[in-house]
Amino acid sequence: MNEVLHETHLVVNGVPRTVSVPARRLLSDCLRHDLGLTGTHVGCEHGVCGACTVLVDGRPMRSCLLFAVGVEGAEITTVEGCRAAGGGLGPVQQAFQDCHGLQCGFCTPGFVTTITAWLAEHPDPTEEQARQAIGGNLCRCTGYQNIVASVLRAAELIREQEAAR
Amino acid sequence: MTTRTMGEPIPRREDPRLVAGDGRYLDDLGRGALAAAFVRSPHAAARVVDVDVSRALEVDGLVAIYTYEDLEGPMAEPLPLLIPHPRLHAGRTAYPLANGVVRHVGEPVAMVVARDRYLAEDACERIAVAYEPLAPVVGLDAAVAAERAVHDDVPDNVAAHMVQEHGDARAAVAAAPHRLELDLSIERSASMPLEGRGVYARWDAADRSLRVYSSTQTSTSVRFALAVKLGVPVDRVEVVAPDVGGGFGVKIVHPWPEEVLVPWAAIRLGREVKWAEDRREHFVASAHERGQRHHVSVGFDDDGRLLGLDVEFLHDNGAYTPYGIIVPIITATQLLGPYKPGAYRAEFRSLYTNTVIVTPYRGAGRPQAAFAMERTMDAIAAYLHRDRAEVRSANFIQPSEMPYDHHLTFQDGRPLVYDSGDYPATLDKIKKLVGWDEFEAFREEARAAGRRVGIGLACYVEGTGVGPYEGAHVRVETNGTVVVATGLTTQGQGHETAFAQVAAEALGVPVERVTVVTGDTRRFKYAVGTFASRAAVMSGNAVALAAGKVRAKALRIAAEALETDPDDLEVADGMVRVKGAPEREIALETVAVLANPLRYAFDEQTKLATQFVVGRGAEDPPVAEDDEPGLEATDWYSPVRSTFANGMHAVVVETDPETAEVRILRYCVVHDCGRLINPRIVEGQIHGGVAQGVGGALYERMVYDENGQLLNASFMDFLMPYASEVPKVETDHLETPSPLNPLGIKGAGEAGTIPGAAVLAAAISDAEGFFIDTMPISPSELWALREKEDG
Ligand code: FES
Ligand code: FES
Repeated sequence: MNEVLHETHLVVNGVPRTVSVPARRLLSDCLRHDLGLTGTHVGCEHGVCGACTVLVDGRPMRSCLLFAVGVEGAEITTVEGCRAAGGGLGPVQQAFQDCHGLQCGFCTPGFVTTITAWLAEHPDPTEEQARQAIGGNLCRCTGYQNIVASVLRAAELIREQEAAR
Repeated sequence: MTTRTMGEPIPRREDPRLVAGDGRYLDDLGRGALAAAFVRSPHAAARVVDVDVSRALEVDGLVAIYTYEDLEGPMAEPLPLLIPHPRLHAGRTAYPLANGVVRHVGEPVAMVVARDRYLAEDACERIAVAYEPLAPVVGLDAAVAAERAVHDDVPDNVAAHMVQEHGDARAAVAAAPHRLELDLSIERSASMPLEGRGVYARWDAADRSLRVYSSTQTSTSVRFALAVKLGVPVDRVEVVAPDVGGGFGVKIVHPWPEEVLVPWAAIRLGREVKWAEDRREHFVASAHERGQRHHVSVGFDDDGRLLGLDVEFLHDNGAYTPYGIIVPIITATQLLGPYKPGAYRAEFRSLYTNTVIVTPYRGAGRPQAAFAMERTMDAIAAYLHRDRAEVRSANFIQPSEMPYDHHLTFQDGRPLVYDSGDYPATLDKIKKLVGWDEFEAFREEARAAGRRVGIGLACYVEGTGVGPYEGAHVRVETNGTVVVATGLTTQGQGHETAFAQVAAEALGVPVERVTVVTGDTRRFKYAVGTFASRAAVMSGNAVALAAGKVRAKALRIAAEALETDPDDLEVADGMVRVKGAPEREIALETVAVLANPLRYAFDEQTKLATQFVVGRGAEDPPVAEDDEPGLEATDWYSPVRSTFANGMHAVVVETDPETAEVRILRYCVVHDCGRLINPRIVEGQIHGGVAQGVGGALYERMVYDENGQLLNASFMDFLMPYASEVPKVETDHLETPSPLNPLGIKGAGEAGTIPGAAVLAAAISDAEGFFIDTMPISPSELWALREKEDG
């Protein structure tokens, strides 16, 4: 009962990677256990909590619902790839600290990736829109109020950065 | 000048790591370790007739399969009953792997270890277990009827029966001018942290030592439990709680079957073994809470003042009682809230059912208690046609009556004595915050627009910071950094920040210089754990005391060096200086060097402390008889009893006349948890607590069918609130410091959750005009109630 392995190519956070995985290997497990990028978390493995959200070619997707072999050739961005160019905190990450948008932090990577993608298309959201933007991710600790604030703060930080450019 | 950090809303020190994906949660560790998976019972009650592993043996990467037959010595005995109690006359606990009988769906029957989790699950699927199913006991009615028993030797299914009474409550109720009887129920929910349980074990055969990482709320106690179970000397066992993705109570239970089996297998195999729970396992094999049914008899006077209160309730404890009867004891005692009950009697029976075990979940028996008491207050007000706030106010314990003795025994075995609190002031604040007195005008306005709105109020008092103790170690390094270690664990409460604030203030150093380690038995061996809103109270004070000792030692050493009296010195910004003569100063790191007389130098700093540079008198030993080397100290905080935080919630809801959907328009919280270490962290705890209270009131429940199958064991069917379901929380607070501890702190962790069901039931009742006695409530249930009311 030996499993067939498939050579799979991904560009993860800008770096080309090659892994040999069985067809059933989830993208979440591939990122976490084959590539050692453990920032992507797994809270349910059935597509509901959003903790495992990564960007696949820029679009937020639940990596627990994807097979690694199914995204052959894709560009993947994980929470580790949402940092600033210099390696410091990216704007969304910084906003979470500024607004106390996390407690245990287990859900946070899924929020960071989701919000990063969303703000690219909604640079100046209202509070109501910000709440809707995070409506598909579960957090058991914060009650979301400070996550909503983090979305607004991140938008502000991004605007500031762009203005400084 | 002092360095002020206590009470400041500083950003959390742990965040940069966690937001960047650099946290280290259990399943982030042990890359390459073998994976464990479990074969679990699909039946709620059955005899295990045979376990056939033959088809599993051909799975590639299989390493081992274990069943009960493989266990020996203490491992073959039932798991410990953690909190024995004289009233728990028939406490029962599970075996690590089923010993011939299974008593709930999800109970582990066999463990598989394989090269990775996928393969371990393949093998699990190929293990054929033959069961002889038995008729299960599901729900309180079946447990009471006792036509069948969960445990053969407990034929009435009663694990515990307890009565606490002060005065003759039944006589007082009977003699009262007014009487009411109420039946009030709450259903099961669960902590449901986003990270499940997990264990990772490494056995060093050459060193004969074991290191275990566990996603636990108590690493110190897991360590002692493992030493006993595995027969390894406790000195050879280290337990570390890494970053933990939420706990909310469930992770205080220990040692779980998996928590002893994984290290046991690691020792037997001489390999690293890891198990990370999946979500279904968390639903069917960890713990739930809340399921209780209460009958209240109350007698009161014309003003609604309680004369007698007699509460009987049934508690569903699931299949086993590893955590004792803490939850129902808390309900029985905390039910009293901020009120003087007149004569009081509480009686409960804790009953076995063929369901997942019941252990504390945030609030731990208090949400049920607040529901029973606050619904009673509302019923009295309705009966007397009085304002609900007024009736509550008539029953308050007054600030002048503190400390207030209820003449009952609390969950820690100590007398139930409230230390402090100003309930009338809290009520004033919440009424103002929510606009209690202006609500009727709003109701009329809404009614005119065809809308249905209601307002609710609920109060609670919460015993926080239970003992027996916590400790802390504080050390100043020779580079000036301060390292704090405490044994209790962290699951998101920001202890790395809060305890750094406490140490920085007590020591007189900038907070940036302090690092904090929690939940690692390599760094601190004695602790109890993080639960019952106790961390800030217990470890907070222990850190302050230990830091105070270090400061005293620093002053003594600096006084010698500066040839002055310690009383003339102060510490600020990491410098020890002569008061009024700041040019005479010495850095704390230099004091740290002087505190440790050295033979060997290894950098410029330590050269200053070697034997030809410094030394006491020729006839004095380099370390004085009553002294120790190093600028460090350990101290302990052990209170005589709990402190009592309190608060009040008020909500405004709108119920849809057509769909019966409930919308929360306002959610207001006033709370008093004594002095605050970091207001922003406390605020966050309130927000998160409210979200869980709302979830428990409107969405979450465990749905068992008559066969004991949990029908909604996934996030698709167990409805935890998303951002769209949680209201914005408006808060205000009081700070009446606790007189019981040096920092004046009371706990805050559970406050947000406790009155959730009570306050929402009150507001929905107010909107609908009929009394709600069962929570949670869904739109279809509310709709059915309307139909019934309309006849
Ligand atoms: S782990 Fe993928 S959505 Fe929950
Ligand atoms: S911060 Fe813990 S789940 Fe969101």
